[in-house]
Amino acid sequence: MNRLGFGGWTILVLAAVFFGVPLVMTAAFSLWEGGDRYGWSAYRILLASPQLFNSMALSIELALATVAAVLVLLLPAMIFMNLYAPRLRPLFEFVAALPFVVPAIALVAGLSALVTGPEWLIGTPFYLVIPYFFLALPYAYRAIDVGLRSIDLPTLTEAGQSLGAGMGQIIHLVVLPSLRTALVGSTLLTLAVVFGEFTFANVLLFHTYAVYINEIGQHEATAAAALSVASFLLTWAAMLGVLLVGRGRITEGS
Amino acid sequence: MPKAPIAWLFIGAFLAFCAFFLAAPAVMLMVQSVDGDDGLTLQYFAALGDYRYRVAFSHSLSLSFTSATVGVIAGGLIAFAVLKPDAPRWLRAVVTSFSAVAANFAGVPLAFAFIATLGSLGLLTSMLKSIGIDLYAIGFSLFSISGLTLVYSYFQIPLMVIIITPAIRAMRPSWREAAENLGASSGQYWRLVGLPVLAPSLLAAWILLFGNSFSAYATAYALTSGNIGLVTTEISAVLSGNVVSEPGVGAALSVGMIVTMVVVLAISQMLARRASAWVKG
Repeated sequence: MNRLGFGGWTILVLAAVFFGVPLVMTAAFSLWEGGDRYGWSAYRILLASPQLFNSMALSIELALATVAAVLVLLLPAMIFMNLYAPRLRPLFEFVAALPFVVPAIALVAGLSALVTGPEWLIGTPFYLVIPYFFLALPYAYRAIDVGLRSIDLPTLTEAGQSLGAGMGQIIHLVVLPSLRTALVGSTLLTLAVVFGEFTFANVLLFHTYAVYINEIGQHEATAAAALSVASFLLTWAAMLGVLLVGRGRITEGS
Repeated sequence: MPKAPIAWLFIGAFLAFCAFFLAAPAVMLMVQSVDGDDGLTLQYFAALGDYRYRVAFSHSLSLSFTSATVGVIAGGLIAFAVLKPDAPRWLRAVVTSFSAVAANFAGVPLAFAFIATLGSLGLLTSMLKSIGIDLYAIGFSLFSISGLTLVYSYFQIPLMVIIITPAIRAMRPSWREAAENLGASSGQYWRLVGLPVLAPSLLAAWILLFGNSFSAYATAYALTSGNIGLVTTEISAVLSGNVVSEPGVGAALSVGMIVTMVVVLAISQMLARRASAWVKG
Protein backbone atom coordinates (compact mmCIF):
# COMPACT_ATOMS: atom_id res chain seq x y z
CA MET A 1 0.00 0.00 0.00
CA ASN A 2 2.82 2.33 0.79
CA ARG A 3 4.35 2.13 -2.65
CA LEU A 4 4.75 5.87 -3.10
CA GLY A 5 6.76 6.37 0.03
CA PHE A 6 6.06 8.89 2.76
CA GLY A 7 7.22 11.88 0.70
CA GLY A 8 5.08 10.93 -2.27
CA TRP A 9 1.92 10.60 -0.21
CA THR A 10 2.59 13.86 1.63
CA ILE A 11 2.88 15.74 -1.66
CA LEU A 12 -0.28 14.18 -3.06
CA VAL A 13 -2.33 14.76 0.08
CA LEU A 14 -1.26 18.42 0.18
CA ALA A 15 -2.12 18.75 -3.51
CA ALA A 16 -5.52 17.13 -2.95
CA VAL A 17 -6.25 19.64 -0.17
CA PHE A 18 -5.10 22.64 -2.22
CA PHE A 19 -7.09 21.62 -5.28
CA GLY A 20 -10.08 20.08 -3.54
CA VAL A 21 -10.89 22.67 -0.89
CA PRO A 22 -11.71 25.60 -3.23
CA LEU A 23 -13.99 23.35 -5.30
CA VAL A 24 -15.88 22.01 -2.29
CA MET A 25 -16.11 25.45 -0.70
CA THR A 26 -17.34 27.04 -3.93
CA ALA A 27 -19.96 24.35 -4.38
CA ALA A 28 -21.09 24.81 -0.77
CA PHE A 29 -21.07 28.60 -1.09
CA SER A 30 -23.25 28.43 -4.20
CA LEU A 31 -25.94 26.73 -2.07
CA TRP A 32 -25.84 29.38 0.64
CA GLU A 33 -28.98 31.50 0.92
CA GLY A 34 -27.86 33.76 3.75
CA GLY A 35 -27.88 33.02 7.46
CA ASP A 36 -28.18 29.30 8.07
CA ARG A 37 -30.31 28.54 5.05
CA TYR A 38 -29.01 26.46 2.17
CA GLY A 39 -30.78 25.70 -1.10
CA TRP A 40 -30.82 25.98 -4.84
CA SER A 41 -31.95 29.59 -5.10
CA ALA A 42 -28.75 30.81 -6.79
CA TYR A 43 -29.20 28.20 -9.50
CA ARG A 44 -32.90 29.04 -9.86
CA ILE A 45 -32.10 32.74 -10.35
CA LEU A 46 -29.55 31.86 -13.01
CA LEU A 47 -31.80 29.48 -14.88
CA ALA A 48 -34.52 32.13 -14.96
CA SER A 49 -32.19 34.67 -16.53
CA PRO A 50 -32.38 34.94 -20.31
CA GLN A 51 -28.97 36.64 -20.30
CA LEU A 52 -27.32 33.41 -19.19
CA PHE A 53 -28.62 31.55 -22.22
CA ASN A 54 -27.95 34.40 -24.62
CA SER A 55 -24.36 34.79 -23.48
CA MET A 56 -23.81 31.05 -23.47
CA ALA A 57 -25.27 30.70 -26.95
CA LEU A 58 -23.00 33.48 -28.19
CA SER A 59 -19.93 31.84 -26.67
CA ILE A 60 -20.85 28.49 -28.20
CA GLU A 61 -21.40 30.09 -31.62
CA LEU A 62 -18.05 31.87 -31.39
CA ALA A 63 -16.30 28.68 -30.31
CA LEU A 64 -17.79 26.77 -33.25
CA ALA A 65 -16.90 29.56 -35.67
CA THR A 66 -13.32 29.49 -34.39
CA VAL A 67 -13.18 25.73 -34.88
CA ALA A 68 -14.40 26.27 -38.45
CA ALA A 69 -11.70 28.91 -38.98
CA VAL A 70 -9.04 26.49 -37.73
CA LEU A 71 -10.30 23.75 -40.05
CA VAL A 72 -10.56 26.01 -43.09
CA LEU A 73 -7.55 28.26 -42.64
CA LEU A 74 -4.99 26.35 -40.61
CA LEU A 75 -5.52 22.68 -41.42
CA PRO A 76 -5.24 22.84 -45.25
CA ALA A 77 -2.28 25.21 -45.00
CA MET A 78 -0.49 22.74 -42.71
CA ILE A 79 -1.26 19.73 -44.91
CA PHE A 80 -0.08 21.50 -48.07
CA MET A 81 2.97 22.94 -46.34
CA ASN A 82 4.02 19.43 -45.32
CA LEU A 83 3.39 18.11 -48.82
CA TYR A 84 4.75 20.81 -51.11
CA ALA A 85 6.71 23.32 -49.07
CA PRO A 86 8.49 21.74 -46.10
CA ARG A 87 10.96 24.62 -46.36
CA LEU A 88 8.25 26.83 -44.90
CA ARG A 89 8.09 24.77 -41.71
CA PRO A 90 10.28 27.16 -39.65
CA LEU A 91 8.05 30.06 -40.72
CA PHE A 92 4.95 28.13 -39.65
CA GLU A 93 6.55 27.25 -36.31
CA PHE A 94 7.41 30.91 -35.80
CA VAL A 95 3.88 32.08 -36.61
CA ALA A 96 2.37 29.45 -34.30
CA ALA A 97 4.59 30.64 -31.45
CA LEU A 98 3.83 34.34 -32.01
CA PRO A 99 0.61 34.43 -29.95
CA PHE A 100 2.74 33.44 -26.97
CA VAL A 101 5.00 36.47 -27.43
CA VAL A 102 2.14 38.87 -28.19
CA PRO A 103 -0.17 38.52 -25.19
CA ALA A 104 -3.92 38.71 -25.78
CA ILE A 105 -4.23 42.13 -24.23
CA ALA A 106 -1.44 43.49 -26.46
CA LEU A 107 -3.01 41.90 -29.54
CA VAL A 108 -6.36 43.49 -28.78
CA ALA A 109 -4.65 46.86 -28.27
CA GLY A 110 -2.92 46.51 -31.65
CA LEU A 111 -6.05 45.27 -33.39
CA SER A 112 -8.21 48.10 -32.14
CA ALA A 113 -5.57 50.62 -33.24
CA LEU A 114 -5.17 49.03 -36.67
CA VAL A 115 -8.67 47.88 -37.59
CA THR A 116 -11.18 50.69 -37.16
CA GLY A 117 -13.69 49.56 -39.75
CA PRO A 118 -15.71 48.57 -41.64
CA GLU A 119 -18.73 48.36 -39.36
CA TRP A 120 -19.95 45.01 -40.75
CA LEU A 121 -16.70 43.49 -39.51
CA ILE A 122 -15.99 45.11 -36.16
CA GLY A 123 -19.62 45.72 -35.22
CA THR A 124 -20.57 42.05 -34.85
CA PRO A 125 -19.40 39.67 -32.12
CA PHE A 126 -18.04 37.44 -34.89
CA TYR A 127 -15.20 39.92 -35.22
CA LEU A 128 -13.91 38.09 -32.11
CA VAL A 129 -13.26 35.01 -34.24
CA ILE A 130 -10.13 36.73 -35.61
CA PRO A 131 -8.36 37.11 -32.25
CA TYR A 132 -9.80 33.77 -31.07
CA PHE A 133 -8.17 32.08 -34.04
CA PHE A 134 -4.79 33.29 -32.78
CA LEU A 135 -5.65 32.33 -29.22
CA ALA A 136 -6.28 28.76 -30.39
CA LEU A 137 -3.43 28.74 -32.92
CA PRO A 138 -0.60 27.42 -30.68
CA TYR A 139 -2.77 24.59 -29.30
CA ALA A 140 -4.35 23.65 -32.61
CA TYR A 141 -1.01 23.84 -34.43
CA ARG A 142 0.65 21.56 -31.90
CA ALA A 143 -2.18 19.01 -31.98
CA ILE A 144 -2.35 18.90 -35.80
CA ASP A 145 1.44 18.84 -36.09
CA VAL A 146 1.64 15.79 -33.81
CA GLY A 147 -1.00 14.12 -35.99
CA LEU A 148 0.79 14.96 -39.25
CA ARG A 149 4.15 13.75 -37.98
CA SER A 150 2.67 10.40 -37.03
CA ILE A 151 1.57 9.63 -40.60
CA ASP A 152 3.77 9.41 -43.67
CA LEU A 153 2.02 12.07 -45.71
CA PRO A 154 4.12 11.98 -48.94
CA THR A 155 3.91 8.18 -49.19
CA LEU A 156 0.18 8.16 -48.55
CA THR A 157 -0.27 10.82 -51.21
CA GLU A 158 1.84 8.99 -53.77
CA ALA A 159 0.04 5.74 -53.06
CA GLY A 160 -3.27 7.50 -53.61
CA GLN A 161 -2.06 9.09 -56.83
CA SER A 162 -0.75 5.83 -58.25
CA LEU A 163 -4.19 4.37 -57.60
CA GLY A 164 -5.64 7.20 -59.67
CA ALA A 165 -7.08 9.42 -56.97
CA GLY A 166 -7.18 13.20 -57.32
CA MET A 167 -5.83 15.54 -54.64
CA GLY A 168 -9.32 16.22 -53.28
CA GLN A 169 -10.07 12.51 -52.97
CA ILE A 170 -6.75 11.82 -51.28
CA ILE A 171 -7.30 14.51 -48.67
CA HIS A 172 -10.91 13.55 -48.15
CA LEU A 173 -10.49 9.77 -48.10
CA VAL A 174 -6.96 9.22 -46.79
CA VAL A 175 -5.44 12.23 -45.01
CA LEU A 176 -8.42 13.46 -43.01
CA PRO A 177 -9.42 10.04 -41.66
CA SER A 178 -5.90 9.37 -40.45
CA LEU A 179 -5.84 12.78 -38.76
CA ARG A 180 -9.14 12.16 -36.99
CA THR A 181 -7.67 11.95 -33.49
CA ALA A 182 -5.59 15.08 -33.96
CA LEU A 183 -8.56 16.98 -35.34
CA VAL A 184 -10.91 16.01 -32.54
CA GLY A 185 -8.21 16.92 -30.04
CA SER A 186 -7.53 20.33 -31.55
CA THR A 187 -11.26 20.98 -31.86
CA LEU A 188 -11.96 20.27 -28.19
CA LEU A 189 -8.97 22.34 -27.07
CA THR A 190 -10.16 25.22 -29.25
CA LEU A 191 -13.67 24.94 -27.83
CA ALA A 192 -12.37 24.97 -24.26
CA VAL A 193 -10.06 27.93 -24.85
CA VAL A 194 -12.61 30.05 -26.68
CA PHE A 195 -15.60 29.25 -24.51
CA GLY A 196 -14.05 30.76 -21.39
CA GLU A 197 -12.27 33.63 -23.11
CA PHE A 198 -12.63 36.97 -21.35
CA THR A 199 -9.89 39.38 -22.43
CA PHE A 200 -10.96 40.17 -26.00
CA ALA A 201 -14.68 40.07 -25.30
CA ASN A 202 -14.37 42.37 -22.29
CA VAL A 203 -12.17 44.96 -24.01
CA LEU A 204 -14.18 44.90 -27.23
CA LEU A 205 -17.45 45.01 -25.24
CA PHE A 206 -19.22 41.87 -26.39
CA HIS A 207 -21.49 39.91 -24.05
CA THR A 208 -19.98 36.46 -23.97
CA TYR A 209 -20.34 33.89 -21.23
CA ALA A 210 -17.20 34.91 -19.31
CA VAL A 211 -18.17 38.60 -19.46
CA TYR A 212 -21.59 37.65 -18.12
CA ILE A 213 -20.10 35.70 -15.20
CA ASN A 214 -17.95 38.70 -14.33
CA GLU A 215 -20.98 41.02 -14.31
CA ILE A 216 -23.01 38.63 -12.16
CA GLY A 217 -20.08 38.22 -9.80
CA GLN A 218 -19.78 41.92 -9.09
CA HIS A 219 -23.10 41.90 -7.20
CA GLU A 220 -24.30 38.27 -6.80
CA ALA A 221 -21.55 36.31 -5.08
CA THR A 222 -23.50 33.05 -4.69
CA ALA A 223 -24.70 33.08 -8.29
CA ALA A 224 -21.09 33.64 -9.41
CA ALA A 225 -20.05 30.63 -7.33
CA ALA A 226 -22.80 28.59 -8.98
CA LEU A 227 -21.52 29.64 -12.41
CA SER A 228 -17.96 28.75 -11.39
CA VAL A 229 -19.11 25.25 -10.48
CA ALA A 230 -20.92 24.97 -13.82
CA SER A 231 -17.83 26.19 -15.69
CA PHE A 232 -15.65 23.68 -13.91
CA LEU A 233 -17.98 20.87 -14.94
CA LEU A 234 -18.07 22.14 -18.53
CA THR A 235 -14.27 22.32 -18.69
CA TRP A 236 -14.18 18.83 -17.26
CA ALA A 237 -16.53 17.52 -19.95
CA ALA A 238 -14.41 19.08 -22.73
CA MET A 239 -11.14 17.75 -21.30
CA LEU A 240 -12.62 14.32 -20.73
CA GLY A 241 -13.42 14.34 -24.42
CA VAL A 242 -9.81 15.25 -25.27
CA LEU A 243 -8.43 12.52 -23.03
CA LEU A 244 -10.82 9.85 -24.26
CA VAL A 245 -10.24 10.62 -27.92
CA GLY A 246 -6.53 11.31 -27.79
CA ARG A 247 -5.71 9.00 -24.87
CA GLY A 248 -3.52 11.81 -23.60
CA ARG A 249 -1.46 11.78 -26.79
CA ILE A 250 -1.91 15.44 -27.64
CA THR A 251 -0.80 16.97 -24.38
CA GLU A 252 2.06 14.56 -24.08
CA GLY A 253 3.24 15.23 -27.60
CA SER A 254 3.44 19.00 -27.16
CA MET B 1 4.76 15.64 -57.74
CA PRO B 2 2.38 17.82 -59.76
CA LYS B 3 2.22 21.54 -59.36
CA ALA B 4 -0.58 22.47 -57.02
CA PRO B 5 -1.72 26.07 -57.28
CA ILE B 6 -4.49 25.33 -54.79
CA ALA B 7 -1.87 24.39 -52.23
CA TRP B 8 -0.21 27.78 -52.54
CA LEU B 9 -3.60 29.44 -52.30
CA PHE B 10 -4.23 27.87 -48.89
CA ILE B 11 -0.71 28.42 -47.60
CA GLY B 12 -0.79 31.99 -48.85
CA ALA B 13 -4.21 32.66 -47.30
CA PHE B 14 -3.09 31.41 -43.91
CA LEU B 15 0.16 33.39 -43.93
CA ALA B 16 -1.57 36.54 -45.21
CA PHE B 17 -4.21 36.25 -42.48
CA CYS B 18 -1.51 35.95 -39.82
CA ALA B 19 0.49 38.80 -41.33
CA PHE B 20 -2.47 41.13 -41.39
CA PHE B 21 -4.21 40.33 -38.10
CA LEU B 22 -1.31 39.16 -35.93
CA ALA B 23 1.97 40.63 -37.16
CA ALA B 24 0.58 43.95 -38.38
CA PRO B 25 -1.15 44.79 -35.06
CA ALA B 26 2.13 44.10 -33.25
CA VAL B 27 3.98 46.40 -35.66
CA MET B 28 1.19 48.96 -35.26
CA LEU B 29 1.80 49.00 -31.50
CA MET B 30 5.48 49.70 -32.07
CA VAL B 31 4.65 52.56 -34.45
CA GLN B 32 2.03 53.97 -32.11
CA SER B 33 4.37 53.85 -29.14
CA VAL B 34 6.91 56.20 -30.76
CA ASP B 35 4.56 58.28 -32.89
CA GLY B 36 4.16 61.74 -31.38
CA ASP B 37 2.23 64.77 -32.63
CA ASP B 38 5.26 65.96 -34.52
CA GLY B 39 7.49 63.09 -35.50
CA LEU B 40 9.21 60.49 -33.38
CA THR B 41 8.90 60.71 -29.64
CA LEU B 42 10.02 58.77 -26.62
CA GLN B 43 7.52 60.45 -24.32
CA TYR B 44 5.32 57.34 -24.05
CA PHE B 45 8.20 55.12 -23.08
CA ALA B 46 9.28 57.83 -20.63
CA ALA B 47 5.75 57.62 -19.17
CA LEU B 48 6.45 53.97 -18.30
CA GLY B 49 8.78 55.38 -15.66
CA ASP B 50 5.77 56.84 -13.81
CA TYR B 51 5.20 55.34 -10.40
CA ARG B 52 1.93 53.71 -11.51
CA TYR B 53 3.52 51.80 -14.39
CA ARG B 54 6.72 50.94 -12.55
CA VAL B 55 4.54 49.31 -9.90
CA ALA B 56 2.52 47.47 -12.56
CA PHE B 57 5.64 46.04 -14.17
CA SER B 58 7.16 45.02 -10.86
CA HIS B 59 3.86 43.42 -9.77
CA SER B 60 3.56 41.50 -13.04
CA LEU B 61 7.17 40.36 -12.99
CA SER B 62 7.19 39.24 -9.36
CA LEU B 63 3.79 37.53 -9.67
CA SER B 64 4.92 35.66 -12.80
CA PHE B 65 8.31 34.81 -11.31
CA THR B 66 6.83 33.45 -8.07
CA SER B 67 3.89 31.59 -9.57
CA ALA B 68 6.09 30.02 -12.26
CA THR B 69 8.61 28.90 -9.62
CA VAL B 70 5.90 27.53 -7.33
CA GLY B 71 4.31 25.81 -10.32
CA VAL B 72 7.54 24.20 -11.50
CA ILE B 73 8.47 22.90 -8.06
CA ALA B 74 5.04 21.73 -6.89
CA GLY B 75 3.94 20.45 -10.30
CA GLY B 76 7.28 18.70 -10.81
CA LEU B 77 7.02 16.95 -7.44
CA ILE B 78 3.44 15.87 -8.08
CA ALA B 79 4.27 14.54 -11.55
CA PHE B 80 7.30 12.74 -10.20
CA ALA B 81 5.30 11.16 -7.35
CA VAL B 82 2.56 9.75 -9.58
CA LEU B 83 4.95 8.62 -12.29
CA LYS B 84 6.98 6.39 -10.00
CA PRO B 85 6.94 2.95 -11.62
CA ASP B 86 5.00 1.34 -8.80
CA ALA B 87 2.50 4.14 -8.24
CA PRO B 88 -1.11 2.95 -8.53
CA ARG B 89 -2.53 3.27 -12.04
CA TRP B 90 -5.82 4.86 -10.95
CA LEU B 91 -3.91 7.59 -9.15
CA ARG B 92 -2.05 8.48 -12.33
CA ALA B 93 -5.31 8.63 -14.27
CA VAL B 94 -6.93 10.88 -11.66
CA VAL B 95 -3.98 13.29 -11.55
CA THR B 96 -3.64 13.45 -15.35
CA SER B 97 -7.28 14.15 -16.02
CA PHE B 98 -7.64 16.58 -13.13
CA SER B 99 -4.57 18.48 -14.36
CA ALA B 100 -6.07 18.80 -17.83
CA VAL B 101 -9.20 20.32 -16.32
CA ALA B 102 -7.57 22.60 -13.75
CA ALA B 103 -4.98 23.95 -16.20
CA ASN B 104 -7.88 25.14 -18.35
CA PHE B 105 -10.01 26.32 -15.43
CA ALA B 106 -8.57 29.82 -15.33
CA GLY B 107 -10.01 33.26 -15.68
CA VAL B 108 -13.21 34.63 -14.26
CA PRO B 109 -14.72 31.38 -12.85
CA LEU B 110 -11.47 30.61 -11.02
CA ALA B 111 -11.40 34.09 -9.50
CA PHE B 112 -14.94 33.70 -8.18
CA ALA B 113 -14.24 30.23 -6.84
CA PHE B 114 -11.44 31.70 -4.74
CA ILE B 115 -13.57 34.66 -3.65
CA ALA B 116 -16.20 32.16 -2.45
CA THR B 117 -13.49 30.27 -0.56
CA LEU B 118 -10.95 32.78 0.70
CA GLY B 119 -12.54 36.18 0.04
CA SER B 120 -13.22 38.36 3.09
CA LEU B 121 -16.68 36.70 3.33
CA GLY B 122 -15.54 33.37 1.90
CA LEU B 123 -16.55 30.08 3.40
CA LEU B 124 -13.07 28.99 4.45
CA THR B 125 -12.32 32.45 5.83
CA SER B 126 -15.40 32.35 8.06
CA MET B 127 -14.81 28.73 9.09
CA LEU B 128 -11.27 29.58 10.17
CA LYS B 129 -12.57 32.68 11.92
CA SER B 130 -14.99 30.58 13.96
CA ILE B 131 -12.10 28.52 15.29
CA GLY B 132 -10.14 31.63 16.12
CA ILE B 133 -7.98 32.18 13.06
CA ASP B 134 -8.75 35.52 11.47
CA LEU B 135 -6.84 35.41 8.19
CA TYR B 136 -7.53 39.00 7.25
CA ALA B 137 -6.46 40.22 10.69
CA ILE B 138 -3.08 38.53 10.38
CA GLY B 139 -2.32 40.24 7.10
CA PHE B 140 -3.57 37.79 4.48
CA SER B 141 -5.61 39.17 1.64
CA LEU B 142 -6.84 37.38 -1.45
CA PHE B 143 -6.73 40.73 -3.21
CA SER B 144 -2.97 41.16 -2.96
CA ILE B 145 0.02 39.89 -4.90
CA SER B 146 0.41 36.91 -2.56
CA GLY B 147 -3.32 36.19 -2.91
CA LEU B 148 -2.98 36.34 -6.69
CA THR B 149 0.02 34.01 -6.51
CA LEU B 150 -2.12 31.51 -4.62
CA VAL B 151 -4.90 31.73 -7.20
CA TYR B 152 -2.49 31.51 -10.14
CA SER B 153 -0.94 28.37 -8.61
CA TYR B 154 -4.29 26.71 -9.17
CA PHE B 155 -3.69 26.66 -12.94
CA GLN B 156 0.12 26.87 -12.98
CA ILE B 157 0.74 23.65 -11.00
CA PRO B 158 -1.52 21.45 -13.18
CA LEU B 159 -0.04 22.99 -16.33
CA MET B 160 3.39 22.00 -15.07
CA VAL B 161 2.20 18.45 -14.40
CA ILE B 162 0.97 18.22 -18.00
CA ILE B 163 4.08 19.60 -19.69
CA ILE B 164 6.72 17.87 -17.56
CA THR B 165 5.12 14.39 -17.69
CA PRO B 166 6.69 13.34 -21.04
CA ALA B 167 10.16 14.41 -19.85
CA ILE B 168 9.88 12.45 -16.60
CA ARG B 169 8.52 9.44 -18.49
CA ALA B 170 11.57 9.54 -20.75
CA MET B 171 13.94 9.01 -17.81
CA ARG B 172 15.12 5.41 -17.80
CA PRO B 173 14.94 3.40 -14.58
CA SER B 174 18.22 1.84 -15.71
CA TRP B 175 20.03 5.16 -15.12
CA ARG B 176 19.01 5.04 -11.53
CA GLU B 177 20.01 1.39 -11.23
CA ALA B 178 23.36 2.12 -12.84
CA ALA B 179 23.96 5.00 -10.43
CA GLU B 180 23.00 2.82 -7.46
CA ASN B 181 25.30 0.03 -8.63
CA LEU B 182 28.12 2.56 -8.72
CA GLY B 183 27.31 3.44 -5.13
CA ALA B 184 25.48 6.74 -5.64
CA SER B 185 23.02 7.87 -3.00
CA SER B 186 19.59 9.15 -3.99
CA GLY B 187 20.80 12.72 -3.51
CA GLN B 188 23.85 12.14 -5.70
CA TYR B 189 21.71 10.56 -8.39
CA TRP B 190 19.45 13.61 -8.54
CA ARG B 191 22.27 16.14 -8.35
CA LEU B 192 24.51 14.46 -10.93
CA VAL B 193 22.11 12.63 -13.25
CA GLY B 194 18.41 13.34 -12.77
CA LEU B 195 18.34 17.13 -12.57
CA PRO B 196 20.94 17.77 -15.32
CA VAL B 197 18.96 15.53 -17.66
CA LEU B 198 15.69 17.26 -16.77
CA ALA B 199 17.18 20.77 -16.71
CA PRO B 200 16.28 21.82 -20.28
CA SER B 201 12.70 20.57 -19.86
CA LEU B 202 12.35 22.25 -16.48
CA LEU B 203 13.62 25.51 -17.92
CA ALA B 204 11.27 25.34 -20.89
CA ALA B 205 8.39 24.61 -18.56
CA TRP B 206 9.32 27.54 -16.30
CA ILE B 207 9.32 29.89 -19.30
CA LEU B 208 5.93 28.65 -20.43
CA LEU B 209 4.51 29.15 -16.94
CA PHE B 210 6.09 32.58 -16.69
CA GLY B 211 4.50 33.65 -19.96
CA ASN B 212 1.20 32.09 -18.98
CA SER B 213 1.08 34.18 -15.83
CA PHE B 214 2.58 37.34 -17.33
CA SER B 215 -0.09 37.54 -20.03
CA ALA B 216 -2.98 36.47 -17.76
CA TYR B 217 -5.63 39.13 -17.48
CA ALA B 218 -9.07 37.73 -16.70
CA THR B 219 -8.26 36.21 -13.31
CA ALA B 220 -6.57 39.35 -12.01
CA TYR B 221 -9.27 41.61 -13.45
CA ALA B 222 -12.14 39.68 -11.89
CA LEU B 223 -10.32 39.32 -8.59
CA THR B 224 -9.00 42.82 -7.99
CA SER B 225 -11.14 44.97 -10.34
CA GLY B 226 -7.91 46.70 -11.30
CA ASN B 227 -7.04 47.74 -7.73
CA ILE B 228 -3.74 45.94 -8.01
CA GLY B 229 -2.02 47.21 -11.08
CA LEU B 230 -0.62 44.58 -13.41
CA VAL B 231 0.65 45.40 -16.88
CA THR B 232 -2.33 43.64 -18.47
CA THR B 233 -4.93 45.45 -16.37
CA GLU B 234 -3.19 48.80 -16.96
CA ILE B 235 -3.34 48.25 -20.72
CA SER B 236 -7.02 47.46 -20.50
CA ALA B 237 -7.58 50.56 -18.36
CA VAL B 238 -5.99 52.69 -21.10
CA LEU B 239 -8.00 50.90 -23.80
CA SER B 240 -11.32 51.33 -22.05
CA GLY B 241 -10.59 54.96 -21.20
CA ASN B 242 -10.73 54.40 -17.45
CA VAL B 243 -7.57 56.40 -16.90
CA VAL B 244 -6.56 59.65 -18.50
CA SER B 245 -3.80 58.29 -20.66
CA GLU B 246 -3.04 58.60 -24.31
CA PRO B 247 -3.27 55.51 -26.52
CA GLY B 248 0.48 55.83 -27.00
CA VAL B 249 1.01 54.86 -23.37
CA GLY B 250 -1.08 51.72 -23.84
CA ALA B 251 0.98 50.91 -26.93
CA ALA B 252 4.23 51.48 -25.03
CA LEU B 253 3.01 49.17 -22.23
CA SER B 254 2.13 46.51 -24.81
CA VAL B 255 5.52 46.85 -26.47
CA GLY B 256 7.06 46.52 -23.01
CA MET B 257 5.20 43.22 -22.55
CA ILE B 258 6.26 41.92 -25.95
CA VAL B 259 9.89 42.88 -25.29
CA THR B 260 9.77 41.15 -21.88
CA MET B 261 8.47 37.95 -23.48
CA VAL B 262 11.10 38.05 -26.23
CA VAL B 263 13.89 38.62 -23.70
CA VAL B 264 12.64 35.79 -21.46
CA LEU B 265 12.41 33.44 -24.46
CA ALA B 266 15.88 34.41 -25.68
CA ILE B 267 17.43 33.79 -22.26
CA SER B 268 15.71 30.42 -22.04
CA GLN B 269 16.97 29.40 -25.50
CA MET B 270 20.48 30.35 -24.48
CA LEU B 271 20.32 28.47 -21.18
CA ALA B 272 18.64 25.47 -22.80
CA ARG B 273 21.46 25.24 -25.35
CA ARG B 274 24.01 25.40 -22.57
CA ALA B 275 22.12 22.83 -20.48
CA SER B 276 21.79 20.35 -23.34
CA ALA B 277 25.43 20.85 -24.38
CA TRP B 278 26.41 20.08 -20.81
CA VAL B 279 24.40 16.85 -20.89
CA LYS B 280 26.03 15.73 -24.12
CA GLY B 281 29.51 16.61 -22.88
